[in-house]
Amino acid sequence: MSLFDHKISELHEFLHNKEVKVSELVDEAYQKISETDDKVKAFLTLDEERARKTAAELDGKIGSPEAENVLFGMPIGIKDNIVTKDLRTTCASKILENFDPIYDATVMEKLHKEKTITIGKLNMDEFAMGSSTENSAFQITRNPWNLDTVPGGSSGGSAAAVAAGEVPFALGSDTGGSIRQPAAFCGVVGMKPTYGRVSRFGLVAFASSLDQIGPITRTVEDNAYLLQAISGLDRHDSTSADVEVPNYVEALKGDVKGLKIAVPKEYLGEGVSEEARQAVLNALKVLEKLGATWEEVSLPHSKYGVATYYLLASSEASSNLARFDGVRYGYRSPNATNLEELYKKTRSEGFGDEVKRRIMLGTFALSAGYYDAYYKKAQQARTLIKKDFDDVLEKYDVIIGPTTPTPAFKIGEKIEDPLTMYANDILTIPVNLAGVPGISVPCGFAGGLPLGLQIIGKHFDESTVYRVAHAFEQATDFHNQKPQL
Amino acid sequence: MPDISKEQVQHVADLARLEMNETETEKFTKQLGDIIHFAESLNELDTTGVPPTTHVLEIRNVMREDTVEKGLPRELVLKNAPDTQDGMIRVPTIVE
Repeated sequence: MSLFDHKISELHEFLHNKEVKVSELVDEAYQKISETDDKVKAFLTLDEERARKTAAELDGKIGSPEAENVLFGMPIGIKDNIVTKDLRTTCASKILENFDPIYDATVMEKLHKEKTITIGKLNMDEFAMGSSTENSAFQITRNPWNLDTVPGGSSGGSAAAVAAGEVPFALGSDTGGSIRQPAAFCGVVGMKPTYGRVSRFGLVAFASSLDQIGPITRTVEDNAYLLQAISGLDRHDSTSADVEVPNYVEALKGDVKGLKIAVPKEYLGEGVSEEARQAVLNALKVLEKLGATWEEVSLPHSKYGVATYYLLASSEASSNLARFDGVRYGYRSPNATNLEELYKKTRSEGFGDEVKRRIMLGTFALSAGYYDAYYKKAQQARTLIKKDFDDVLEKYDVIIGPTTPTPAFKIGEKIEDPLTMYANDILTIPVNLAGVPGISVPCGFAGGLPLGLQIIGKHFDESTVYRVAHAFEQATDFHNQKPQL
Repeated sequence: MPDISKEQVQHVADLARLEMNETETEKFTKQLGDIIHFAESLNELDTTGVPPTTHVLEIRNVMREDTVEKGLPRELVLKNAPDTQDGMIRVPTIVE
Protein backbone atom coordinates (compact mmCIF):
# COMPACT_ATOMS: atom_id res chain seq x y z
CA MET A 1 0.00 0.00 0.00
CA SER A 2 1.23 3.45 -0.93
CA LEU A 3 1.02 6.48 1.33
CA PHE A 4 -0.98 8.21 -1.40
CA ASP A 5 -3.75 5.61 -1.12
CA HIS A 6 -4.73 7.64 1.93
CA LYS A 7 -6.89 10.73 1.82
CA ILE A 8 -5.27 14.12 2.42
CA SER A 9 -6.97 14.35 5.83
CA GLU A 10 -5.43 10.98 6.79
CA LEU A 11 -1.97 12.03 5.59
CA HIS A 12 -2.43 15.16 7.68
CA GLU A 13 -3.17 12.99 10.74
CA PHE A 14 0.02 11.00 10.06
CA LEU A 15 2.03 14.23 10.01
CA HIS A 16 0.28 15.53 13.10
CA ASN A 17 0.97 12.30 15.01
CA LYS A 18 4.58 12.31 13.80
CA GLU A 19 4.11 8.92 12.12
CA VAL A 20 5.23 10.39 8.80
CA LYS A 21 7.43 13.35 7.92
CA VAL A 22 6.81 15.88 5.14
CA SER A 23 10.10 14.76 3.57
CA GLU A 24 8.75 11.20 3.44
CA LEU A 25 5.69 12.39 1.51
CA VAL A 26 8.00 14.14 -0.94
CA ASP A 27 10.23 11.02 -1.13
CA GLU A 28 7.14 8.97 -1.91
CA ALA A 29 6.19 11.29 -4.78
CA TYR A 30 9.62 11.16 -6.44
CA GLN A 31 9.94 7.43 -5.77
CA LYS A 32 6.59 6.78 -7.47
CA ILE A 33 7.54 9.05 -10.35
CA SER A 34 10.82 7.20 -10.87
CA GLU A 35 8.94 3.88 -10.83
CA THR A 36 6.02 4.76 -13.09
CA ASP A 37 6.58 7.92 -15.09
CA ASP A 38 8.71 6.18 -17.74
CA LYS A 39 5.45 4.49 -18.70
CA VAL A 40 2.87 7.18 -17.91
CA LYS A 41 4.88 10.27 -18.91
CA ALA A 42 2.75 12.69 -16.92
CA PHE A 43 5.47 15.13 -15.81
CA LEU A 44 7.26 17.62 -18.06
CA THR A 45 9.42 19.24 -15.37
CA LEU A 46 10.35 18.16 -11.85
CA ASP A 47 11.26 20.61 -9.09
CA GLU A 48 13.01 18.03 -6.93
CA GLU A 49 15.80 20.00 -5.32
CA ARG A 50 13.54 22.82 -4.15
CA ALA A 51 10.78 20.42 -3.07
CA ARG A 52 13.17 18.43 -0.87
CA LYS A 53 14.59 21.61 0.63
CA THR A 54 11.11 22.95 1.42
CA ALA A 55 10.11 19.57 2.89
CA ALA A 56 13.10 19.63 5.25
CA GLU A 57 12.11 23.15 6.39
CA LEU A 58 8.51 22.10 6.96
CA ASP A 59 9.60 19.04 8.95
CA GLY A 60 10.97 21.52 11.48
CA LYS A 61 7.55 23.12 11.83
CA ILE A 62 5.54 20.00 12.71
CA GLY A 63 3.73 20.72 15.95
CA SER A 64 3.49 24.47 15.25
CA PRO A 65 0.06 26.08 14.64
CA GLU A 66 0.95 26.50 10.96
CA ALA A 67 1.16 22.71 10.59
CA GLU A 68 -2.45 22.31 11.76
CA ASN A 69 -3.65 23.31 8.31
CA VAL A 70 -4.71 20.15 6.42
CA LEU A 71 -2.78 20.96 3.23
CA PHE A 72 0.46 21.62 5.14
CA GLY A 73 3.31 19.64 3.54
CA MET A 74 1.16 17.96 0.90
CA PRO A 75 2.92 17.24 -2.42
CA ILE A 76 1.06 18.57 -5.45
CA GLY A 77 1.43 18.50 -9.24
CA ILE A 78 0.59 21.57 -11.33
CA LYS A 79 -0.65 21.69 -14.93
CA ASP A 80 1.96 23.36 -17.08
CA ASN A 81 -0.23 26.31 -18.13
CA ILE A 82 -0.27 27.72 -14.58
CA VAL A 83 2.72 30.00 -14.13
CA THR A 84 5.15 29.10 -11.37
CA LYS A 85 7.88 31.55 -10.39
CA ASP A 86 11.36 30.32 -11.35
CA LEU A 87 9.93 26.98 -12.51
CA ARG A 88 9.75 26.40 -16.27
CA THR A 89 6.19 26.77 -17.61
CA THR A 90 5.76 25.57 -21.19
CA CYS A 91 2.02 25.06 -21.90
CA ALA A 92 3.46 21.95 -23.64
CA SER A 93 4.41 24.22 -26.52
CA LYS A 94 7.69 24.69 -28.33
CA ILE A 95 7.00 28.43 -28.27
CA LEU A 96 7.38 28.48 -24.45
CA GLU A 97 9.93 25.66 -24.19
CA ASN A 98 12.37 27.73 -22.11
CA PHE A 99 9.93 30.13 -20.43
CA ASP A 100 10.85 30.83 -16.83
CA PRO A 101 8.03 32.86 -15.17
CA ILE A 102 8.91 35.87 -13.05
CA TYR A 103 5.77 35.64 -10.92
CA ASP A 104 3.40 33.09 -9.41
CA ALA A 105 -0.22 32.59 -10.46
CA THR A 106 -2.68 33.58 -7.72
CA VAL A 107 -3.53 29.91 -7.13
CA MET A 108 0.18 29.22 -6.56
CA GLU A 109 0.44 32.08 -4.05
CA LYS A 110 -2.55 30.64 -2.24
CA LEU A 111 -1.00 27.16 -2.23
CA HIS A 112 2.29 28.55 -0.91
CA LYS A 113 0.35 30.05 1.98
CA GLU A 114 -1.09 26.61 2.68
CA LYS A 115 2.46 25.16 2.50
CA THR A 116 1.83 22.60 -0.19
CA ILE A 117 4.95 21.40 -2.00
CA THR A 118 5.13 21.62 -5.78
CA ILE A 119 6.55 18.36 -7.13
CA GLY A 120 6.61 19.41 -10.79
CA LYS A 121 4.70 20.52 -13.86
CA LEU A 122 2.30 18.27 -15.71
CA ASN A 123 1.84 17.51 -19.39
CA MET A 124 -1.18 18.75 -21.34
CA ASP A 125 -2.42 19.40 -24.84
CA GLU A 126 -0.54 22.41 -26.20
CA PHE A 127 -2.16 25.58 -24.76
CA ALA A 128 -4.94 23.30 -23.38
CA MET A 129 -6.28 22.68 -26.89
CA GLY A 130 -7.22 19.04 -27.15
CA SER A 131 -8.96 16.11 -25.51
CA SER A 132 -6.19 13.50 -25.40
CA THR A 133 -2.87 15.16 -24.40
CA GLU A 134 -1.56 13.95 -27.78
CA ASN A 135 -1.14 17.59 -28.81
CA SER A 136 1.79 18.12 -26.42
CA ALA A 137 4.94 19.25 -28.25
CA PHE A 138 7.04 17.14 -25.90
CA GLN A 139 5.54 13.76 -25.04
CA ILE A 140 2.40 11.65 -25.12
CA THR A 141 0.95 10.88 -21.69
CA ARG A 142 -0.60 7.44 -21.30
CA ASN A 143 -3.63 6.31 -19.32
CA PRO A 144 -2.45 4.37 -16.23
CA TRP A 145 -5.40 1.96 -16.66
CA ASN A 146 -4.26 0.94 -20.13
CA LEU A 147 -1.08 2.39 -21.57
CA ASP A 148 -2.38 2.08 -25.15
CA THR A 149 -5.19 4.54 -24.42
CA VAL A 150 -5.18 8.30 -23.91
CA PRO A 151 -5.55 9.85 -20.44
CA GLY A 152 -7.94 12.42 -21.89
CA GLY A 153 -7.14 16.08 -22.10
CA SER A 154 -6.21 18.72 -21.95
CA SER A 155 -5.26 18.14 -18.25
CA GLY A 156 -4.15 14.58 -19.12
CA GLY A 157 -0.88 14.81 -17.18
CA SER A 158 -2.68 15.97 -14.02
CA ALA A 159 -5.28 13.17 -14.14
CA ALA A 160 -2.74 10.46 -15.05
CA ALA A 161 -0.31 11.51 -12.31
CA VAL A 162 -3.04 11.34 -9.66
CA ALA A 163 -4.41 8.03 -10.98
CA ALA A 164 -0.90 6.52 -11.04
CA GLY A 165 -0.36 7.60 -7.42
CA GLU A 166 2.59 9.84 -8.31
CA VAL A 167 1.06 12.75 -6.39
CA PRO A 168 -1.98 12.79 -4.08
CA PHE A 169 -3.57 15.65 -6.01
CA ALA A 170 -3.04 18.14 -8.81
CA LEU A 171 -4.37 21.30 -10.40
CA GLY A 172 -5.80 21.31 -13.91
CA SER A 173 -7.72 23.79 -16.03
CA ASP A 174 -11.03 23.35 -17.83
CA THR A 175 -12.23 25.36 -20.85
CA GLY A 176 -14.55 22.79 -22.45
CA GLY A 177 -14.06 19.71 -20.27
CA SER A 178 -10.30 19.62 -19.75
CA ILE A 179 -10.53 18.70 -16.04
CA ARG A 180 -13.66 16.51 -16.05
CA GLN A 181 -12.93 14.45 -19.18
CA PRO A 182 -9.41 13.32 -18.16
CA ALA A 183 -10.66 12.73 -14.59
CA ALA A 184 -13.35 10.43 -16.06
CA PHE A 185 -10.87 8.62 -18.32
CA CYS A 186 -8.38 8.09 -15.47
CA GLY A 187 -10.89 7.17 -12.73
CA VAL A 188 -10.28 10.18 -10.47
CA VAL A 189 -12.30 13.18 -9.23
CA GLY A 190 -12.15 16.44 -11.24
CA MET A 191 -14.01 19.67 -10.49
CA LYS A 192 -14.58 22.61 -12.83
CA PRO A 193 -15.75 25.36 -10.49
CA THR A 194 -18.22 28.11 -11.38
CA TYR A 195 -16.72 30.64 -13.77
CA GLY A 196 -15.26 33.34 -11.51
CA ARG A 197 -14.83 31.12 -8.44
CA VAL A 198 -11.05 30.76 -8.87
CA SER A 199 -8.73 33.53 -10.06
CA ARG A 200 -7.35 33.07 -13.55
CA PHE A 201 -4.40 35.38 -12.87
CA GLY A 202 -1.34 33.46 -14.03
CA LEU A 203 -3.29 30.86 -15.98
CA VAL A 204 -2.00 31.21 -19.54
CA ALA A 205 -5.17 32.33 -21.31
CA PHE A 206 -6.84 30.10 -23.92
CA ALA A 207 -10.50 31.25 -23.96
CA SER A 208 -10.85 33.84 -21.23
CA SER A 209 -14.66 33.70 -20.91
CA LEU A 210 -14.56 29.91 -20.33
CA ASP A 211 -11.24 29.00 -18.62
CA GLN A 212 -11.29 27.91 -14.96
CA ILE A 213 -8.63 26.29 -12.77
CA GLY A 214 -9.78 23.35 -10.64
CA PRO A 215 -8.63 20.36 -8.55
CA ILE A 216 -8.01 16.77 -9.70
CA THR A 217 -7.92 14.37 -6.75
CA ARG A 218 -8.54 10.79 -5.67
CA THR A 219 -11.52 11.55 -3.44
CA VAL A 220 -14.29 14.13 -3.22
CA GLU A 221 -13.10 15.23 0.22
CA ASP A 222 -9.58 15.92 -1.07
CA ASN A 223 -11.15 17.89 -3.90
CA ALA A 224 -13.15 20.04 -1.48
CA TYR A 225 -10.02 20.82 0.55
CA LEU A 226 -8.09 21.89 -2.53
CA LEU A 227 -10.88 24.04 -4.01
CA GLN A 228 -11.31 25.71 -0.62
CA ALA A 229 -7.66 26.75 -0.72
CA ILE A 230 -7.65 28.25 -4.22
CA SER A 231 -11.07 29.97 -4.38
CA GLY A 232 -11.98 33.59 -3.91
CA LEU A 233 -11.93 37.14 -5.22
CA ASP A 234 -8.60 38.36 -6.57
CA ARG A 235 -7.84 41.95 -7.46
CA HIS A 236 -5.56 40.70 -10.24
CA ASP A 237 -8.51 39.05 -12.05
CA SER A 238 -11.45 41.38 -12.59
CA THR A 239 -13.60 38.39 -13.64
CA SER A 240 -13.06 36.65 -10.30
CA ALA A 241 -16.31 36.89 -8.37
CA ASP A 242 -17.01 38.78 -5.17
CA VAL A 243 -19.05 35.89 -3.78
CA GLU A 244 -18.39 34.39 -0.37
CA VAL A 245 -16.57 31.04 -0.39
CA PRO A 246 -18.45 28.56 1.83
CA ASN A 247 -16.80 25.74 3.76
CA TYR A 248 -16.79 22.95 1.18
CA VAL A 249 -15.59 20.25 3.56
CA GLU A 250 -18.46 21.02 5.96
CA ALA A 251 -20.84 20.73 3.00
CA LEU A 252 -19.88 17.05 2.56
CA LYS A 253 -21.58 16.13 5.83
CA GLY A 254 -25.11 16.56 4.56
CA ASP A 255 -27.16 13.80 2.92
CA VAL A 256 -29.13 13.79 -0.32
CA LYS A 257 -32.61 13.08 1.09
CA GLY A 258 -35.18 15.03 -0.90
CA LEU A 259 -32.61 16.15 -3.45
CA LYS A 260 -34.09 16.80 -6.91
CA ILE A 261 -32.00 15.54 -9.81
CA ALA A 262 -32.56 16.44 -13.46
CA VAL A 263 -31.35 13.97 -16.09
CA PRO A 264 -31.23 15.52 -19.57
CA LYS A 265 -32.47 13.10 -22.22
CA GLU A 266 -29.82 14.54 -24.57
CA TYR A 267 -27.14 13.18 -22.18
CA LEU A 268 -28.33 9.59 -22.46
CA GLY A 269 -29.32 9.59 -26.12
CA GLU A 270 -27.65 9.37 -29.50
CA GLY A 271 -23.86 9.21 -29.47
CA VAL A 272 -23.64 8.04 -25.84
CA SER A 273 -22.36 4.47 -25.45
CA GLU A 274 -24.48 1.81 -23.78
CA GLU A 275 -21.83 1.35 -21.05
CA ALA A 276 -21.86 5.05 -20.15
CA ARG A 277 -25.65 5.14 -20.19
CA GLN A 278 -25.93 2.07 -17.98
CA ALA A 279 -23.34 3.38 -15.51
CA VAL A 280 -25.35 6.60 -15.09
CA LEU A 281 -28.63 4.73 -14.63
CA ASN A 282 -26.95 2.57 -11.96
CA ALA A 283 -25.64 5.70 -10.25
CA LEU A 284 -29.14 7.18 -10.23
CA LYS A 285 -30.39 4.02 -8.50
CA VAL A 286 -27.72 4.49 -5.83
CA LEU A 287 -28.79 8.11 -5.29
CA GLU A 288 -32.47 7.08 -5.22
CA LYS A 289 -31.69 4.62 -2.44
CA LEU A 290 -30.08 7.50 -0.55
CA GLY A 291 -33.33 9.47 -0.78
CA ALA A 292 -32.91 11.57 -3.92
CA THR A 293 -35.45 11.66 -6.76
CA TRP A 294 -34.78 12.13 -10.47
CA GLU A 295 -36.73 13.12 -13.52
CA GLU A 296 -35.93 13.31 -17.20
CA VAL A 297 -35.60 16.84 -18.54
CA SER A 298 -34.44 18.45 -21.77
CA LEU A 299 -31.54 20.78 -22.52
CA PRO A 300 -32.81 21.35 -26.06
CA HIS A 301 -29.79 23.29 -27.35
CA SER A 302 -27.19 20.72 -26.22
CA LYS A 303 -26.46 19.60 -29.75
CA TYR A 304 -25.31 23.10 -30.67
CA GLY A 305 -22.77 23.20 -27.83
CA VAL A 306 -19.77 21.88 -29.71
CA ALA A 307 -20.19 24.24 -32.71
CA THR A 308 -20.81 27.22 -30.42
CA TYR A 309 -17.80 26.35 -28.32
CA TYR A 310 -15.34 25.91 -31.18
CA LEU A 311 -16.29 29.27 -32.68
CA LEU A 312 -16.14 31.19 -29.39
CA ALA A 313 -13.14 29.46 -27.80
CA SER A 314 -11.12 29.68 -31.03
CA SER A 315 -12.01 33.34 -31.50
CA GLU A 316 -10.85 34.16 -27.99
CA ALA A 317 -7.75 32.00 -28.49
CA SER A 318 -6.79 33.76 -31.73
CA SER A 319 -6.76 37.03 -29.81
CA ASN A 320 -5.08 35.66 -26.66
CA LEU A 321 -2.31 33.87 -28.55
CA ALA A 322 -1.41 37.00 -30.54
CA ARG A 323 0.99 37.81 -27.69
CA PHE A 324 3.35 35.03 -28.80
CA ASP A 325 5.34 37.03 -31.31
CA GLY A 326 8.97 36.14 -30.51
CA VAL A 327 9.74 39.61 -29.18
CA ARG A 328 9.47 39.74 -25.38
CA TYR A 329 9.62 36.09 -24.29
CA GLY A 330 9.46 32.57 -25.63
CA TYR A 331 10.84 31.06 -28.82
CA ARG A 332 12.15 33.33 -31.56
CA SER A 333 12.82 31.98 -35.04
CA PRO A 334 16.47 32.35 -36.06
CA ASN A 335 15.39 32.48 -39.73
CA ALA A 336 13.86 35.97 -39.91
CA THR A 337 15.42 39.01 -41.57
CA ASN A 338 12.71 41.59 -40.73
CA LEU A 339 9.99 42.06 -38.11
CA GLU A 340 7.10 40.74 -40.23
CA GLU A 341 9.07 37.55 -40.92
CA LEU A 342 9.99 37.32 -37.25
CA TYR A 343 6.32 37.15 -36.28
CA LYS A 344 5.36 34.68 -38.99
CA LYS A 345 8.31 32.33 -38.71
CA THR A 346 8.31 32.36 -34.90
CA ARG A 347 4.61 31.49 -34.76
CA SER A 348 4.72 28.94 -37.59
CA GLU A 349 7.72 27.13 -36.13
CA GLY A 350 6.57 27.50 -32.51
CA PHE A 351 2.91 26.41 -32.62
CA GLY A 352 1.67 22.88 -33.29
CA ASP A 353 -1.07 21.98 -35.78
CA GLU A 354 -4.10 22.03 -33.46
CA VAL A 355 -3.14 25.45 -32.09
CA LYS A 356 -2.71 26.78 -35.64
CA ARG A 357 -6.07 25.31 -36.64
CA ARG A 358 -7.86 27.06 -33.81
CA ILE A 359 -6.06 30.37 -34.37
CA MET A 360 -7.10 30.12 -38.03
CA LEU A 361 -10.72 29.27 -37.20
CA GLY A 362 -10.91 32.11 -34.68
CA THR A 363 -9.28 34.62 -37.00
CA PHE A 364 -11.74 33.61 -39.72
CA ALA A 365 -14.77 33.87 -37.41
CA LEU A 366 -13.70 37.37 -36.31
CA SER A 367 -12.68 38.64 -39.75
CA ALA A 368 -14.50 41.33 -41.70
CA GLY A 369 -17.61 39.97 -43.41
CA TYR A 370 -17.85 36.82 -41.25
CA TYR A 371 -18.12 38.26 -37.73
CA ASP A 372 -21.94 38.43 -37.63
CA ALA A 373 -22.49 35.08 -39.33
CA TYR A 374 -20.11 33.14 -37.09
CA TYR A 375 -18.91 34.90 -33.94
CA LYS A 376 -22.06 36.83 -33.11
CA LYS A 377 -24.28 33.88 -34.07
CA ALA A 378 -22.31 31.67 -31.65
CA GLN A 379 -22.66 34.24 -28.86
CA GLN A 380 -26.43 34.19 -29.39
CA ALA A 381 -26.45 30.40 -29.36
CA ARG A 382 -24.54 30.63 -26.08
CA THR A 383 -27.40 32.67 -24.62
CA LEU A 384 -29.85 29.89 -25.55
CA ILE A 385 -27.59 27.15 -24.13
CA LYS A 386 -27.15 29.07 -20.88
CA LYS A 387 -30.92 29.60 -20.63
CA ASP A 388 -31.46 25.81 -20.92
CA PHE A 389 -29.35 25.36 -17.79
CA ASP A 390 -30.92 28.31 -15.93
CA ASP A 391 -34.43 26.94 -16.59
CA VAL A 392 -33.64 23.40 -15.42
CA LEU A 393 -31.62 24.50 -12.39
CA GLU A 394 -34.49 26.71 -11.27
CA LYS A 395 -36.52 23.54 -10.60
CA TYR A 396 -33.81 21.01 -9.73
CA ASP A 397 -30.80 20.94 -7.38
CA VAL A 398 -28.37 19.28 -9.76
CA ILE A 399 -28.14 17.91 -13.30
CA ILE A 400 -26.62 14.45 -13.75
CA GLY A 401 -25.30 12.63 -16.81
CA PRO A 402 -22.18 10.89 -18.06
CA THR A 403 -18.96 12.95 -18.25
CA THR A 404 -18.00 11.44 -21.61
CA PRO A 405 -19.90 9.41 -24.22
CA THR A 406 -17.33 6.56 -24.05
CA PRO A 407 -14.38 5.44 -21.93
CA ALA A 408 -10.83 6.39 -23.00
CA PHE A 409 -10.02 5.82 -26.67
CA LYS A 410 -6.80 4.47 -28.21
CA ILE A 411 -3.77 6.67 -28.73
CA GLY A 412 -3.76 7.76 -32.39
CA GLU A 413 -7.41 6.85 -32.94
CA LYS A 414 -8.84 10.36 -33.30
CA ILE A 415 -5.85 12.65 -33.73
CA GLU A 416 -6.13 12.87 -37.54
CA ASP A 417 -9.78 13.93 -37.49
CA PRO A 418 -10.42 17.13 -35.53
CA LEU A 419 -14.22 16.93 -35.68
CA THR A 420 -14.34 13.40 -34.21
CA MET A 421 -12.01 14.54 -31.44
CA TYR A 422 -14.20 17.61 -30.75
CA ALA A 423 -17.36 15.46 -30.49
CA ASN A 424 -15.83 13.72 -27.50
CA ASP A 425 -16.50 16.88 -25.43
CA ILE A 426 -20.20 17.11 -26.24
CA LEU A 427 -21.31 16.52 -22.62
CA THR A 428 -18.80 18.80 -20.90
CA ILE A 429 -18.72 21.85 -23.21
CA PRO A 430 -22.24 23.21 -22.44
CA VAL A 431 -21.28 23.47 -18.74
CA ASN A 432 -18.48 25.91 -19.57
CA LEU A 433 -20.73 27.89 -21.91
CA ALA A 434 -23.29 28.25 -19.09
CA GLY A 435 -20.55 29.00 -16.53
CA VAL A 436 -21.94 26.56 -13.94
CA PRO A 437 -19.85 24.14 -11.81
CA GLY A 438 -19.44 20.48 -12.77
CA ILE A 439 -17.61 17.54 -11.26
CA SER A 440 -16.67 14.11 -12.60
CA VAL A 441 -16.57 11.20 -10.13
CA PRO A 442 -15.78 7.53 -10.90
CA CYS A 443 -19.00 5.58 -11.56
CA GLY A 444 -18.05 2.34 -13.29
CA PHE A 445 -15.79 0.49 -15.69
CA ALA A 446 -16.08 -0.67 -19.28
CA GLY A 447 -13.45 -3.04 -20.67
CA GLY A 448 -11.21 -2.29 -17.70
CA LEU A 449 -11.40 1.48 -18.29
CA PRO A 450 -13.05 3.93 -15.87
CA LEU A 451 -16.26 5.87 -16.55
CA GLY A 452 -17.20 9.21 -15.01
CA LEU A 453 -20.45 10.55 -13.59
CA GLN A 454 -20.94 14.26 -14.20
CA ILE A 455 -22.78 16.27 -11.56
CA ILE A 456 -23.63 19.85 -12.54
CA GLY A 457 -24.87 22.52 -10.13
CA LYS A 458 -26.13 26.08 -9.92
CA HIS A 459 -23.82 29.07 -10.19
CA PHE A 460 -21.59 29.21 -7.08
CA ASP A 461 -23.27 26.14 -5.57
CA GLU A 462 -20.23 23.84 -5.56
CA SER A 463 -21.36 22.80 -2.06
CA THR A 464 -24.39 20.89 -3.35
CA VAL A 465 -22.33 19.35 -6.16
CA TYR A 466 -19.78 18.13 -3.60
CA ARG A 467 -22.48 16.84 -1.26
CA VAL A 468 -24.04 14.70 -4.02
CA ALA A 469 -20.63 13.53 -5.27
CA HIS A 470 -19.56 12.61 -1.74
CA ALA A 471 -22.77 10.74 -0.95
CA PHE A 472 -22.40 8.74 -4.16
CA GLU A 473 -18.72 8.05 -3.52
CA GLN A 474 -19.36 6.85 0.02
CA ALA A 475 -22.07 4.47 -1.22
CA THR A 476 -19.86 2.94 -3.94
CA ASP A 477 -16.40 1.42 -4.27
CA PHE A 478 -15.21 2.74 -7.66
CA HIS A 479 -12.83 5.31 -6.16
CA ASN A 480 -10.99 2.56 -4.27
CA GLN A 481 -9.99 0.76 -7.48
CA LYS A 482 -6.43 1.46 -8.55
CA PRO A 483 -4.71 0.82 -11.88
CA GLN A 484 -2.01 -1.88 -11.88
CA LEU A 485 1.16 -0.39 -13.31
CA MET B 1 -22.07 29.10 -47.88
CA PRO B 2 -19.51 27.90 -50.49
CA ASP B 3 -16.42 25.96 -49.42
CA ILE B 4 -13.57 27.99 -48.03
CA SER B 5 -10.93 28.50 -50.75
CA LYS B 6 -7.16 28.10 -50.60
CA GLU B 7 -6.87 31.86 -51.18
CA GLN B 8 -9.10 32.54 -48.16
CA VAL B 9 -7.00 30.22 -46.02
CA GLN B 10 -3.85 32.05 -47.15
CA HIS B 11 -5.51 35.39 -46.34
CA VAL B 12 -6.56 34.23 -42.85
CA ALA B 13 -3.08 32.79 -42.22
CA ASP B 14 -1.65 36.17 -43.17
CA LEU B 15 -3.99 37.97 -40.73
CA ALA B 16 -2.96 35.52 -37.98
CA ARG B 17 0.75 35.96 -38.84
CA LEU B 18 1.17 32.30 -39.74
CA GLU B 19 3.14 30.97 -42.68
CA MET B 20 1.79 28.00 -44.64
CA ASN B 21 3.45 26.00 -47.38
CA GLU B 22 1.42 24.41 -50.19
CA THR B 23 0.85 21.07 -48.36
CA GLU B 24 -0.26 22.78 -45.16
CA THR B 25 -2.55 25.13 -47.06
CA GLU B 26 -4.28 22.15 -48.68
CA LYS B 27 -4.66 20.30 -45.38
CA PHE B 28 -5.98 23.37 -43.56
CA THR B 29 -8.37 24.25 -46.42
CA LYS B 30 -9.98 20.82 -46.11
CA GLN B 31 -10.04 20.77 -42.28
CA LEU B 32 -11.23 24.35 -41.81
CA GLY B 33 -13.86 23.81 -44.49
CA ASP B 34 -15.18 20.78 -42.58
CA ILE B 35 -15.19 22.65 -39.25
CA ILE B 36 -16.90 25.70 -40.74
CA HIS B 37 -19.55 23.51 -42.39
CA PHE B 38 -20.14 21.86 -39.03
CA ALA B 39 -20.39 25.26 -37.33
CA GLU B 40 -23.06 26.27 -39.80
CA SER B 41 -25.45 23.92 -38.00
CA LEU B 42 -26.05 27.02 -35.83
CA ASN B 43 -27.99 28.48 -38.77
CA GLU B 44 -30.83 26.10 -37.81
CA LEU B 45 -31.36 28.27 -34.72
CA ASP B 46 -33.66 31.25 -34.88
CA THR B 47 -31.69 33.87 -32.97
CA THR B 48 -33.81 36.87 -33.93
CA GLY B 49 -33.79 39.23 -30.97
CA VAL B 50 -31.55 36.93 -28.86
CA PRO B 51 -28.87 39.03 -27.15
CA PRO B 52 -25.28 37.75 -27.45
CA THR B 53 -23.56 36.37 -24.32
CA THR B 54 -19.95 37.46 -24.09
CA HIS B 55 -19.64 36.61 -20.44
CA VAL B 56 -21.70 34.61 -17.92
CA LEU B 57 -21.26 36.82 -14.86
CA GLU B 58 -23.06 40.09 -14.28
CA ILE B 59 -19.87 42.09 -13.92
CA ARG B 60 -19.67 45.73 -15.01
CA ASN B 61 -16.70 48.09 -14.74
CA VAL B 62 -14.62 46.61 -11.95
CA MET B 63 -12.90 49.62 -10.35
CA ARG B 64 -9.92 49.91 -8.05
CA GLU B 65 -8.00 52.70 -6.37
CA ASP B 66 -5.56 54.32 -8.78
CA THR B 67 -2.52 53.96 -6.58
CA VAL B 68 1.08 54.21 -7.72
CA GLU B 69 2.95 50.94 -7.47
CA LYS B 70 6.50 50.03 -8.36
CA GLY B 71 6.97 48.46 -11.79
CA LEU B 72 9.01 45.31 -12.39
CA PRO B 73 12.80 45.59 -12.23
CA ARG B 74 14.35 45.72 -15.68
CA GLU B 75 16.39 42.52 -15.31
CA LEU B 76 13.20 40.56 -14.57
CA VAL B 77 11.39 42.08 -17.54
CA LEU B 78 14.27 41.10 -19.81
CA LYS B 79 14.81 37.68 -18.23
CA ASN B 80 12.88 35.77 -20.90
CA ALA B 81 13.61 38.06 -23.86
CA PRO B 82 15.24 36.14 -26.73
CA ASP B 83 17.65 38.98 -27.63
CA THR B 84 18.66 42.05 -25.61
CA GLN B 85 21.15 44.88 -25.87
CA ASP B 86 21.91 47.73 -23.45
CA GLY B 87 18.94 46.87 -21.24
CA MET B 88 16.50 46.76 -24.15
CA ILE B 89 14.82 44.09 -26.25
CA ARG B 90 16.45 43.77 -29.67
CA VAL B 91 14.43 42.98 -32.83
CA PRO B 92 15.42 42.75 -36.52
CA THR B 93 15.12 45.71 -38.90
CA ILE B 94 11.68 47.34 -38.83
CA VAL B 95 12.15 50.04 -41.46
CA GLU B 96 13.98 48.95 -44.62
